[in-house]
Amino acid sequence: MRKETALNTALLALLLAFPLWAWAADEPFLITLTTRAVIFAIAGIGLNVALGFGGLVSLGHAAFFGIGGYAMGVLAFHAQNYTPLMTWPLALDGTTSMPVIWLVAIILSALLALAIGALSLRTSGVYFIMITLAFAQMLFYFAISWPAYGGEDGLSIYIRNGFPGLNTMDPIQFYAICYALLLLVLFFVWRAARSRFGLMLGAARQNPERVRAIGQTPYRLYLVAFTLSGAITGLAGALFADLNRFVSPSMFSWQTSGEIMVFVILGGVGRVFGPVAGAVLFILLEHILGGLSPYWHIYLGAILLGVVLFARGGLYGLIAGREVAHD
Amino acid sequence: MSLILFIEQALNGLQFGIMLFLMASGLTLVFGVMGLINLAHGSLYMIGAFAAAAAAAATGSFLLALAASVIFAAFAGVLIEIIVIRRLYARDHLDQVLATFALILIFSEGTRWVFGSFPLFLDRPDWLAGTVSLPFGIEYSLYRLAIILTGLVIAAGLFWMIARTRIGIRIRAGENDREMIGALGVNISLLYTFVFALGAGLAGFAGALIGAIQSVQVGMGEPVLILAFVVIVIGGIGSIKGALVGAILVGLTDTLGRTLLPMFFGLFMDASSATSIGASLASMSIYILMAGVLLFRPKGLFGVA
Repeated sequence: MRKETALNTALLALLLAFPLWAWAADEPFLITLTTRAVIFAIAGIGLNVALGFGGLVSLGHAAFFGIGGYAMGVLAFHAQNYTPLMTWPLALDGTTSMPVIWLVAIILSALLALAIGALSLRTSGVYFIMITLAFAQMLFYFAISWPAYGGEDGLSIYIRNGFPGLNTMDPIQFYAICYALLLLVLFFVWRAARSRFGLMLGAARQNPERVRAIGQTPYRLYLVAFTLSGAITGLAGALFADLNRFVSPSMFSWQTSGEIMVFVILGGVGRVFGPVAGAVLFILLEHILGGLSPYWHIYLGAILLGVVLFARGGLYGLIAGREVAHD
Repeated sequence: MSLILFIEQALNGLQFGIMLFLMASGLTLVFGVMGLINLAHGSLYMIGAFAAAAAAAATGSFLLALAASVIFAAFAGVLIEIIVIRRLYARDHLDQVLATFALILIFSEGTRWVFGSFPLFLDRPDWLAGTVSLPFGIEYSLYRLAIILTGLVIAAGLFWMIARTRIGIRIRAGENDREMIGALGVNISLLYTFVFALGAGLAGFAGALIGAIQSVQVGMGEPVLILAFVVIVIGGIGSIKGALVGAILVGLTDTLGRTLLPMFFGLFMDASSATSIGASLASMSIYILMAGVLLFRPKGLFGVA
């Protein structure tokens, strides 16, 4: 555990020091790159709640990432075009305030996760994998064929949404927001993992029958975990859309689901900080290998294959031993 | 709407469903016998289509192209089974998903590297071009009709193989109790390689047949793969009969939904919003079908509890 704590601290320090260095050296591109890593990390932390702590192999987290993205896109689109969001049954306007957008993204993705989870958790194992994938795909096609918000072309917004007291168009200030949210999410998940609920969830993953025998309902535990998981990934989606000032159906695509899963695996399943390491590693690989060859996905695939076949537990498993790796 | 249009669309749906069956039967066999979830099945479909397009360009013969699709896809299947997949049978589903996701990345980028990003075209042969006259004065594409008939023949062959041949007995025995048939002297790893190659060959064949209707491009396999997942979830994983029923249900729902839903909304809406709402709902229809089946039968229509 001590090695793990050291690695956690090193990661957080790196994510603090590197962008500050890039800011001092006037390298805004590197700040944006690190922002991507931090946002991916949040998405991965979300998935890890279901995958690592609950043992729920969801291949459909793009659904929540995309809903978060579209929550941002649609709200900002209406606010920037001065059109009402809806006139009936409530008169609502769009907004360009980040905190409001985050809240909407979290609530919508939590509701979606509740609905998808309630249906998918009736099954388990390989059915669950395929069904979550299928629901994400359904939203993907829905986003493509719904013309009001750009359809296949997606939706661009002109300026990044606002945060009181900050200039969000400045890369380092937007980074500060994302970093602060990362810390908040990490703290929340760390607390949740050690709470009564987190312990019970771990027990349900390892032995649902025993959990049932002591009077708890695994289904309910899984559903809460899946909803939390979706909500966190939805927040990451809203941030990602704000980073790019663009949302498109590709946020819903099955590749997105796969990549979010890759963040979790590269870092280490079931560790609070695992996805942070995984996302940093992914961005590093993308940056280094992408510079070597336009076909860098071949190398990514080979590395992923190597990790799955020979180094289960990811980076954390290699460095800090396998004591809490998934079973 | 006219009856002719309805029958035509129903035939299109049937053709789509038959094609999905070729994909889904391999997936469901591999899962039933080896307990493996294989995301790279879509890559084998793509490999079949590319092999067919390359062979057709080289030889000009459609039949040779079809043969090439089956041979190459089955060969790729044997290769990945021996190198990678074999190590995954004893692993949990998460590892299987990740490793086969990695295989998708490798196959897709590898194909892009060899063939480039531009779609290839595979022409249907002259002797299958044109239309055929069916009863009620329907003119239907000969090629699509040929796909339906070929698919039905293959489905019949598969049922016969599983029910009546020695290899079929072993496959069924493998589904029930792996250790036992190994103990009885069946070469289990050879059986696994065979089942995987069979699924791969069927997927490659489907890729070649569809490649002649649509374009042959990188990434063509995954949307079909996901639909094939929906099919086997509806049908019940491991059941060939379920795969056939599920495939035809999904094919008909998708194709008829695309035609009927916009018309239905057109009855009480203006044309443009009826088209857009109808199209959006149609794209969701098969997933709604899946959710509906799961509500009542969480293990699929033909799944064993």
